[in-house]
Amino acid sequence: MARWPKPPEGSWTEHYQLGTEPISYEDSISPEFYELEREAIYKRAWLNVGRVEQLPRKGSYFTKELAVARTSVVIVRGTDDEVRAFYNVCRHRGNKLVWSDYPNEETSGVCRQFVCKYHGWRYDLDGACSFVQQEQEFFDLDKADYGLVPVHCEVWAGFIFVNLSKEPEQNLRDFLGPDVTKLENYPFHLQTERWFYRGTVNANWKLYMDAFQEFYHAPVLHAKQTPPDWSVAAQQAGFEAPSYLISGPHRLVSTAGVHPWSLPDNMLKPTERTTRSGLFGPWDKPDLEFDQKAAGINPAGCDPWGLDSWQIFPNFTILVWGQGWYLTYHYWPTSAHTHVFEGTLYFVPAKTPRERVAHELAAASFKEYGLQDANTLEATQTMLESRVIERFPLNDQEVLCRHLHKVAAEWVDEYKKLEEAGV
Amino acid sequence: MTPMTETKTRLLPPEFADLEPFAATWCLATEHERFERRLATPMDEMQAFYDAITARYEEAMSYCDKFPLDDMPEDAVNLMHLLYSMIAVSFPVECWGQGRVPDTGAAYLDLLVEPGP
Repeated sequence: MARWPKPPEGSWTEHYQLGTEPISYEDSISPEFYELEREAIYKRAWLNVGRVEQLPRKGSYFTKELAVARTSVVIVRGTDDEVRAFYNVCRHRGNKLVWSDYPNEETSGVCRQFVCKYHGWRYDLDGACSFVQQEQEFFDLDKADYGLVPVHCEVWAGFIFVNLSKEPEQNLRDFLGPDVTKLENYPFHLQTERWFYRGTVNANWKLYMDAFQEFYHAPVLHAKQTPPDWSVAAQQAGFEAPSYLISGPHRLVSTAGVHPWSLPDNMLKPTERTTRSGLFGPWDKPDLEFDQKAAGINPAGCDPWGLDSWQIFPNFTILVWGQGWYLTYHYWPTSAHTHVFEGTLYFVPAKTPRERVAHELAAASFKEYGLQDANTLEATQTMLESRVIERFPLNDQEVLCRHLHKVAAEWVDEYKKLEEAGV
Repeated sequence: MTPMTETKTRLLPPEFADLEPFAATWCLATEHERFERRLATPMDEMQAFYDAITARYEEAMSYCDKFPLDDMPEDAVNLMHLLYSMIAVSFPVECWGQGRVPDTGAAYLDLLVEPGP
């Protein structure tokens, strides 16, 4: 008997017409499919590269390494306060323009202009070439022809996106669609205390997305994170989400929550009780007024509500917690079987040492869970690559995994058709 | 010992002299240091630190709460770092009985940006 009502079709999977048959994970082990994804997905979709708070002043910049597209971009706030993106390459002889010490590592800072380390060519914050060393030695060179190459860049709800195609097929708002864009009514801008985690994961990027777009695994994989009484109760109950939403290439899972403070001591770690915090966040919520309905948050109207996790195609997650904080995930592919995972936590800045300590436990818990997820993926990747098994059954709590792989295949198919048609 | 040298060697506020034996090991400013220290420390040592700091948790928190977060004296910041370390060792002590979270041999996750103090 389902704990939450299912759609009239009997399941979320059938409701969204995703098919119920076992699926192939060939798309997560095939180097050929990965090469197609680079062109079909990562050079066509809007990619989130960060938030406006990372560019606090005129001249603030950061670089983003996009190995999946064999490129690097620099994002900068101009003197006119506009956020712009450029390919991170000098027009003279192709040197990487902005880097410090290690050419392949990301960097950030504040500057008045970009100066190439190689021959000193300079560029204004709007990309215009402003100085050429010994300009008279060149042949008919007009600096106006040698500005930085712009990358399509748009900002939504404080999130900075780039698009590497020559001409994006949709603007950012249309790409995100009517359901994701409702989230702009959520007060992201008040949550500026940032914790940024990064690690390399030996698995295809879609496998980690799958790990975080179903919670079927949570009572089992993470059982040792909680006192035995909680783990046993959680496994016996199993996990069910009250609501799933599929919106274009994007997808949402929303969960019910618990009030940890109302649990008996045998269900909690003692430190959760003393610091009034835990994986779900600080027990004492910050003042964050927002209209759940306008923001499309907690669509099932749960009380208590747990979290809403939006998987934004291709590789970006915004997860909003009922306890008044949010986090983002990015999965940056580096090969068919590796990717760089980034997890960023955002809180309303702690006002007191006590609040700061509560944030510490929430962040530390996030890391411990994430490590278990990441390590398991390597175990999955290696055995998928054995190709001993070709089809895998997905249940209704894994409906979003099914959707991601379907959308990835659709984008690759569409790209192949466009290529064949010579568009 | 002269008062002068006492001030120099003391890391924590005088009220927390009983925690001073743990300060040199566990007053660590970054999550990276605390995590590495946890992995390198035997369980019985973590248990001893955990027992000592949890017994003083509420007093330590109340002491730190007297100061604004962005203007804490050095010994109070050290006490905060000790509380962060309490959180770091709480997982092994309360749940796993080992420094590393179970089944995470190959995985790592570096915290590259963290808020102060």
